[in-house]
Amino acid sequence: MKLSIKEVEHVALLARLAMSEEEKEQFRAQLSSILEYADRINQLDTTAALPTYHVLPLQNVSRPDQRGATLTQEEVLQNAPDRDGSFFKVPRIL
Amino acid sequence: MNDGCEVVIGLEVHVELHTRTKAFCSCPNEFGSEPNTNVCPVCMGLPGVLPVLNQAVLESAIRTGLAFNCEIASFSKFDRKNYYYPDLPKNYQVSQYDLPLCRQGYLDVEMDGATRRIGITRVHMEEDAGKLVHGPVGSGYSLVDTNRCGVPLLEIVSEPDLRTPEEARAYLEKLKAILEYIDVSDCKMEEGSLRCDANISIRPAGSTVLNPKSEVKNMNSFRAVQHALAAEAERLCAILEEGDQFILETRAWDEVAGVTVQMRIKEEASDYRYFPDPDLVPLVISPDLVAQVRSALPELPSARRQRFMADYGLPAYDAGVLTGSRPLADFYEACVGASHDSKTVSNWVMGEFLRLLKAHNLEVEQARLTPSHLVEMLQLIDRGDISGKIAKAVFEEMFISGSRPREIVEARGLAQISDAGALSAVVQQVLDENPVVVEDYRKGKEKAMAFLVGQVMKATRGQANPQLVNKLIRERC
Amino acid sequence: MEIYDLTAHELADLLRRGEMTSVEIAGAIFRRIHDVDGDVQAYVTITEDQAMETARKIDGERLQGRDLPYLAGVPAGLKDVLCTRGIRTTCGSRMLEHFVPPYDATVVAKLSASGAVFTGKLNMDEFAMGSSTENSAFFPTRNPWDLGCVPGGSSGGPAAAVAAGEAPYALGTDTGGSIRQPASLCGIVGLKPTYGLVSRYGLVAFASSLDQVGPMTKDVRDCALVLNLIAGHDPLDSTSAPVPVPDYTSFLTGEIRGLRVGVPREFFGDGLDAGVSAVVKDSLAKLAELGAIVEECSFSHAEYALPCYYLIAPAEASSNLARYDGVHYGYRAMPPDGGEYDLMEMYMNTRSQGFGAEVKRRIMLGTYALSSGYYDAYYLKALKLRTLIRDDFSRLFEQFDAIASPTSPTPPFRLGEKSNDPLSMYLSDVYTIPVNLAGIPGISVPCGFTDGLPVGLQLMGPVFSEGTLLRIAYAFEQHTGHHRARAPLGCSGSGESGARQAETAGRQGRRDAP
Repeated sequence: MKLSIKEVEHVALLARLAMSEEEKEQFRAQLSSILEYADRINQLDTTAALPTYHVLPLQNVSRPDQRGATLTQEEVLQNAPDRDGSFFKVPRIL
Repeated sequence: MNDGCEVVIGLEVHVELHTRTKAFCSCPNEFGSEPNTNVCPVCMGLPGVLPVLNQAVLESAIRTGLAFNCEIASFSKFDRKNYYYPDLPKNYQVSQYDLPLCRQGYLDVEMDGATRRIGITRVHMEEDAGKLVHGPVGSGYSLVDTNRCGVPLLEIVSEPDLRTPEEARAYLEKLKAILEYIDVSDCKMEEGSLRCDANISIRPAGSTVLNPKSEVKNMNSFRAVQHALAAEAERLCAILEEGDQFILETRAWDEVAGVTVQMRIKEEASDYRYFPDPDLVPLVISPDLVAQVRSALPELPSARRQRFMADYGLPAYDAGVLTGSRPLADFYEACVGASHDSKTVSNWVMGEFLRLLKAHNLEVEQARLTPSHLVEMLQLIDRGDISGKIAKAVFEEMFISGSRPREIVEARGLAQISDAGALSAVVQQVLDENPVVVEDYRKGKEKAMAFLVGQVMKATRGQANPQLVNKLIRERC
Repeated sequence: MEIYDLTAHELADLLRRGEMTSVEIAGAIFRRIHDVDGDVQAYVTITEDQAMETARKIDGERLQGRDLPYLAGVPAGLKDVLCTRGIRTTCGSRMLEHFVPPYDATVVAKLSASGAVFTGKLNMDEFAMGSSTENSAFFPTRNPWDLGCVPGGSSGGPAAAVAAGEAPYALGTDTGGSIRQPASLCGIVGLKPTYGLVSRYGLVAFASSLDQVGPMTKDVRDCALVLNLIAGHDPLDSTSAPVPVPDYTSFLTGEIRGLRVGVPREFFGDGLDAGVSAVVKDSLAKLAELGAIVEECSFSHAEYALPCYYLIAPAEASSNLARYDGVHYGYRAMPPDGGEYDLMEMYMNTRSQGFGAEVKRRIMLGTYALSSGYYDAYYLKALKLRTLIRDDFSRLFEQFDAIASPTSPTPPFRLGEKSNDPLSMYLSDVYTIPVNLAGIPGISVPCGFTDGLPVGLQLMGPVFSEGTLLRIAYAFEQHTGHHRARAPLGCSGSGESGARQAETAGRQGRRDAP
């Protein structure tokens, strides 16, 4: 299961990761070998099996519609890499 | 629009539920707080946090599904919709993908005397994102307010069953009425608690093929939806006529210019990489829970309309108008409950009340005039304390000032003059001033009576009791 | 024995008998940290001032005659993946190097309420992805038994700290073996509880359906005591199990006669180091000596566990780590002088610079496994395989009370030995991963040495069978005495560690820096 550079670029875009050409090639090789290894699961017949989404048989966990504490504005913004008064500031989308 | 074109419209509506707290955390579900003050680690998406479903959100969703005649899934779950945007702190939205809570429902839209059933494909739960405010043009930045993150939303998707922009609007009005009836949302487009995106395509009349559609966004009122769809239908029809290709695109409604503008070409649908959210456990909806929610459903618009026709003897149209919104229907019934005169109340509510609400741009709940005010005024009319005509003026002042009718009548001296002695002099004066008309009346022209009565009313600034005036004139002629 | 060599329960007894104060104990621990952390490099943030203040407060309460929780006043370390209010929490990553959470993880709050004295935040593989702690963005941690070797990962910092006497106990986290494997490599006890037994609220997520917090301790009694404190339902965690929590120390009877222990033959095949194999087989014989019935068994889908894990975990991680984008917190890439980024450039550069190679690798893998066209063949298929693996365990547990295996296929390997070959690094977790996939509990207990380096014995049991595992582990430990061994780690003196001491001092200065 060899990945192409194009596929690496597509996945990198979905994941918002920038890469140099060398990195793309390196990831291409590494991901290909990991996927080849992972591909062995496709040798198995799992048609009879249901997927396990959760290991515990929990269902319907919910909480009552009651108010709790919020953070202060300072706590919310204290880790902001860039802020403008009471807002987070981010570069514009082009 | 060209008759050879058939318009196919589907609507996607997002509704903010007005539960006390957000969907997955216990922050207050409030609008209008100072920026970035109505959040907690969970809705902010801080490292390490986990969601816990608000029970009221599930109940509201089931209630909504039932109100739209949907099948409620016995097994449902939440999925993550993965995409990057600054108003989405986790860069995924907790939503529902392939097992929505409610499916295969419908809504009946009454328009021009006919009823059309519009299919509702699905109703599902999801969380809202924050607000992104763009900086000044050329500034290169945007500002983010996370307050709205995690507010519970329902997404209601219609089948592409709508055929005209007018019908689309009627669908939205009915949808809103029902949502208000079951009290799950404020449904205020201007506050963003109800949002609508439309999908529209065109095909030759009689065809059953579905062509590539345009997605239309940025419509901020029901009226805007109607106009935007009309504009887009026209644009698409023109393409059809010229034999050009349709492309899947997203278009924004420009209210000022009155046209839709291309936002982006839809490539293959974005890869949202949906997968079941491992932090939330599955929902198993028991028939008991559904029955419980169903039994607590209030009377829905259609049923209420039928009841108004049956119990109050109202014609279909009137019943329809009066049950158009829950607050209006409640107001009407409160009046009738106290006055027991369903027809008269209906006239006043459908007439003056609605007219004044529209003129002053108010909702029923905002009106200063209360059911007890209206009932009191009707009592004054019944007792002859004011005439029907004066009542209109009193009503309008009641509406504006919120004062009781009695106070207004006294303050402005509007009491009807029903004392024969007081009126005699005026009547005599009018008769003396109009001998020709009196002669006409004696000759049998009933119109002359109307003129004479009118003159007396004019002289008494409308306060004379018309029946009494009539009687006095007949006596003296 | 030095203070820093004592177990938490021995320290607790000293405190309760009034023979020592918390301040004295904390002082001894911090002296040890200053002496050796230059070499070991277990700590990312040392919180000495706060710790001493807490210790003073607890001493005060004890003097007033207040009835305090058993472990009150005993110092503890926290893996830097657990959110601590007001104290930076880095997850071993540049992305969160300066991140200060405004809230405590539930397990942190619980330990705090029990009077724990936190010594600081411990090093780890970045975002818990790794098996050697070499993926930490800051520095690698070293194995106290041989400073040229890795301590394992991703909870290498906690394991090394406990083994080096730099913390009487610590909390680690385990997604594919990250508590058990470092525990094994550092010769200490490490338990991954049943999924859902311990709250994940405040544990920075790697793979949501696999992550668990657990104790890392010098002996089994300490493990039971700490588990008592952290286990239990949490309404802030929807995946938290609403089960009653027993007193885990009640299982420390020393009695395991008649318990049936299965040993999967698949775990003794290729890839297992001969020295490790010999020590583990010897340990199994010891279990038999104690009256346990030890038998070979088969774990049918053993060879599929690793590929299954390396599809599920990265898939969940790719979504959990999407939030690190420079918008609300954490690292944000700055454009070169005079330049400006648009949003896309900011995202791409922030994430490429903020994350290390292994994290990026797993994000890419996970994104691919979830992407359109591949979801069914990879992610969904892996989830079905997961069912088969759980079923394998269920079948085995009809026959056996516990399953035993080596924890790690190799003894501690040298720094740099596997860091260039991701797949070979992934194989370190071959015995531990099935446990996370099934959601069952697993414990690693020291069982001997090969070439002077620690070996761990892993015991696995059905869901909520921590009591049985602790019982077996305790009996084994008491019979063999391995828990008494201490790493022969010297104090300062050599020039090499002197230079590292200066580094420690530097980290002290950074201790509470935002």
